[in-house]
Amino acid sequence: MEFIMAIVIGVLFMAAVYLILSRSLLRVILGTGLLSHGAHLLILTMGGLGGTSPPVLADGITDYADPLPQALILTAIVISFGVTAFIVVSFYRTYGEHGTDNMNLMKGNDEHD
Amino acid sequence: MKANDVILQTATKVVFFIIFLFSIHIFFAGHFAPGGGFVGGLLTTAAIVLLLLAFDLKTVQEALPFNFMHIVAIGLLLALGMAAGSFVFNVPFFTHAFGDYYLPLFGVTSLHTAMIFDAGVYLVVVGSTITMIQTIGGDS
Amino acid sequence: MEFVWFIFLPILAAILIPFLYKTIRNVHTGWFVLVIPVLLFIYYARFVKGILNGEVHISELPWIPSLDISFTAYMDGLSVLFSLLITGIGALVVLYSIFYLDKKREKLNNFYVYLLMFMTAMLGIVQSDNVISLYLFWELTSISSFLLIGYWFTKDRSRFGALKSMLITVFGGLMMLGGFVLLSIMGDSYSIRELIANAPQMVGHEYFTLAIVLILLGAFTKSAQFPFYIWLPDAMEAPTPVSAYLHSATMVKAGLYLVARFTPVFASSEVWIWLVTGIGLLTLFWGSFFAVKQTDLKAILAFSTVSQLGLIMSLFGASAVAYHVSGEGSAIFKFAAFAGIFHLINHAMFKGSLFMVAGIVDHETGTRDIRKLGGLMSIMPVSFTVAFIGSMSMAGLPPFGGFLSKELFLTSMLSLNEFNLFNFDTWGIVFPIVAWIASVFTFVYSFYFVFNTFAGKKKEQALPQKPQEAPFGMLISPVILAAIVVVIFFIPNLVAKAFVKPAVVAMQTGLYENPSDVAIHISAWHGWTPELFMTLGIIGVGFLLFITMARWQKLYDVQPQYLSLNALYDSMMMFGETGMNRLSRFYMTGLLRSYLMYMFFFIVTITTAALFIQDAFKVDMDSFSPVNAYGFLTAIIIIVAICMVIFAKTRLAAIIALGGVGYSVALFFVIYKAPDLALTQLVIETVSVALFLLAFRYLPEVKRHGETRKIRVGNFIIAAAVGVTVTLIALSAHSQKLIPSISQYYKDTVFTEAAGGNIVNVILVDYRGFDTLFEIAVLGIAAIGVYSMVKLRLSRKEKSDESK
Repeated sequence: MEFIMAIVIGVLFMAAVYLILSRSLLRVILGTGLLSHGAHLLILTMGGLGGTSPPVLADGITDYADPLPQALILTAIVISFGVTAFIVVSFYRTYGEHGTDNMNLMKGNDEHD
Repeated sequence: MKANDVILQTATKVVFFIIFLFSIHIFFAGHFAPGGGFVGGLLTTAAIVLLLLAFDLKTVQEALPFNFMHIVAIGLLLALGMAAGSFVFNVPFFTHAFGDYYLPLFGVTSLHTAMIFDAGVYLVVVGSTITMIQTIGGDS
Repeated sequence: MEFVWFIFLPILAAILIPFLYKTIRNVHTGWFVLVIPVLLFIYYARFVKGILNGEVHISELPWIPSLDISFTAYMDGLSVLFSLLITGIGALVVLYSIFYLDKKREKLNNFYVYLLMFMTAMLGIVQSDNVISLYLFWELTSISSFLLIGYWFTKDRSRFGALKSMLITVFGGLMMLGGFVLLSIMGDSYSIRELIANAPQMVGHEYFTLAIVLILLGAFTKSAQFPFYIWLPDAMEAPTPVSAYLHSATMVKAGLYLVARFTPVFASSEVWIWLVTGIGLLTLFWGSFFAVKQTDLKAILAFSTVSQLGLIMSLFGASAVAYHVSGEGSAIFKFAAFAGIFHLINHAMFKGSLFMVAGIVDHETGTRDIRKLGGLMSIMPVSFTVAFIGSMSMAGLPPFGGFLSKELFLTSMLSLNEFNLFNFDTWGIVFPIVAWIASVFTFVYSFYFVFNTFAGKKKEQALPQKPQEAPFGMLISPVILAAIVVVIFFIPNLVAKAFVKPAVVAMQTGLYENPSDVAIHISAWHGWTPELFMTLGIIGVGFLLFITMARWQKLYDVQPQYLSLNALYDSMMMFGETGMNRLSRFYMTGLLRSYLMYMFFFIVTITTAALFIQDAFKVDMDSFSPVNAYGFLTAIIIIVAICMVIFAKTRLAAIIALGGVGYSVALFFVIYKAPDLALTQLVIETVSVALFLLAFRYLPEVKRHGETRKIRVGNFIIAAAVGVTVTLIALSAHSQKLIPSISQYYKDTVFTEAAGGNIVNVILVDYRGFDTLFEIAVLGIAAIGVYSMVKLRLSRKEKSDESK
């Protein structure tokens, strides 16, 4: 299963990077969303996908899933929500101020040096 | 956002409380079963977002007349205060204490200072997410 | 009372200064400050008696015990001598500054805070036994010097000079830190005493010479040795009390202190002896030669300071020779250390007084340009007397202290000729010759300084204001210093016994047991020796050159401006600025895509290179969990959803597809037994979609903005490379666990230690609560950021202001 997951993660990262590099701001945002999903699955896969029961203590069970990656991912999910919200707002405010979402036109000018 | 969907609004009035109570349950269950401050907070947010979708922003603001920014601050103070409170007992930062106590109505209950910290997390999550959604939704 | 605390007394007192300045306006703040150096002087003077009998005192204040770093005050002959100079001259300078700086016009609070900060730093340097804290104080002197030079910060020259001194001395300080680190590696300690004890084991170590060069860079930049002296003349933009204190009497002697302190460690090295002696002598000549060219009183003194520091430096270098000789005839080589310390005291006295006189002349006539000055002797008789004593001492004439140290200096230089190691038998003759020439020029500029200012015709009309004698208070300090200069000539052996010999013992540990073992007796008259003939020659030739000066001074104009060291410094600064600007413009395109390309490029190359160079890529098929049908299905769904995000034509479709990816991820969490994650992901995804829908009305449609096929292919290649790299990492990271995971500990202790059952939640709130605390803080900040971006906008008027 890890092998399949590794491929899924690779595809997620590839799509994310492809979108982030494009000129449209909206696609950049979609890309960051995919990137965080990819990162979460990467952490999960690194820890191993074995374990037959959730990491919650129960009688007679010893084979828990690895709790550490899960704890890391849990915080990462919430943070990535905050970051996404921040990016979305900064995006539409930029769009509102400059009237464009073309990244090529947002490189400042010599006055700002 | 002006919505006038009677079915949605009526259903929401009930469903909101179901989700909200479930979120509280999830929050308290967190130490022994899946759940906790993050999930609980997010579920509460989801309940409020449902209200926002069914009614409009103004109605929700009147129904829940808090400044959610303040809730963020309270949550942060609660979490930090819990962590720093260990100084009073001359133990390292973030040392938790726990024990089983008899409470009226509840019987013997396991109490844990981590719950206070988790409550801080819960408040910050609710406050932050609602602040974001309200400001974005309220922008014109 | 641990005396290490006294180092910090000035800087602690500095905290009170601004309050005193603000509340008690009609008393000059300097009077309060004066108490500190006076108290410290009396306190440190109490050490002299014990040290004279060979005692040392140690006082320690732990700072970072785990790294073996502490503030350790170590009081021996050298430290006590410097401490007394710092506090004694400090007291006189503060007294002088009370009359020099006007209490109404000047920002006295700034001035005295910087000055007290400097005092702490300087005391710290000369008392620290720990090289790391020594370095700390060393840089603190650079910073306080920077602030004091730039005290009149509205003047361009002040800021230029401050920056220059800071750049050069901090550069040297950093080099010195490197040297200290090497030393501590070789000697296995940060303590100077232990390093000295371990010195024999360091000889021949591969870092030994490098450590010498680095530490000397620190000493040479601080003590303004060639070619780093260029900051000192520009530092003369500081108020004159600062020049007298930092830039002649104390701070520039920190480099000398460092050399003296490390002599026992490095004396065995040929590189050390040649570098210190050679650079010292070159600086001595260079400074004295160019002092004659200057027309600004303080510039003459600056160059003369450079030159005199070179003299002491060369003596300290020559003092290391004493470690290489023994038995009969070795006594003559022991003069150098003694002469160096003795001259250091003399120089502090006469140069301090000369700077104060230069300040008085500036204060009372309004100019320091020597071409406009002249004939002030009758108007300012006291100042003239002080200047005369100081200059004659500097020129090396009797009956002033400078004469004695100059004779000792010549003796030491002549002795080098007889040293028969390290090629000194062939090249040794150069030293007395250069020393003699430099002394001639020293004679010339000393006369030039005093007589062109005070003798000759009066040029009152050229002066900005009518000259008059300085007020009484301003004269106290220079008169005291001048008196000491004369007194030293008559009681040299008493001074030697109390201060010089203990310092020599501290500097040349191993050669002496006790200060009284230093068998050197100073006498003004020592027969018809070569030194005396050299002195007579200096006086004769120097006098001739002084009289004919007007004719040959033009020779200096032969040197073109663009060939000077200052021009080199300026062009380096220019190059740094324009070059760096050009470099950053080259890669800072302003396009997000370029920056991301750099990042992705480096991520891919560095990770894959590391994987293959370290042979870290391993796939362990056995550790894989069996393929799960639900998981396989979800994988297909997620890939389809990803493709939909990429190829979506409308924003709505793209956002829904993104939500689809999120829900699929939640499914994965369910399959892999992560209920908390699955719950969180589901709710977050719902809320995110709601958020996107709310923001929907502000979002533009997805457009390609004329991306050509070529650009898209380029993006795809980078994206594919990142994707493959991450896949490799995922496989490799799963297949090898270099260290056991901490997860097992969590599983074992979650109930016993944390009284919980849900391990994930317990990690969040208990084991790694700190992370969570910061995480919710970040979430709060994101909320504030969103709020402020939406609510706080420029009004129309502010917008038009901004666009102007």
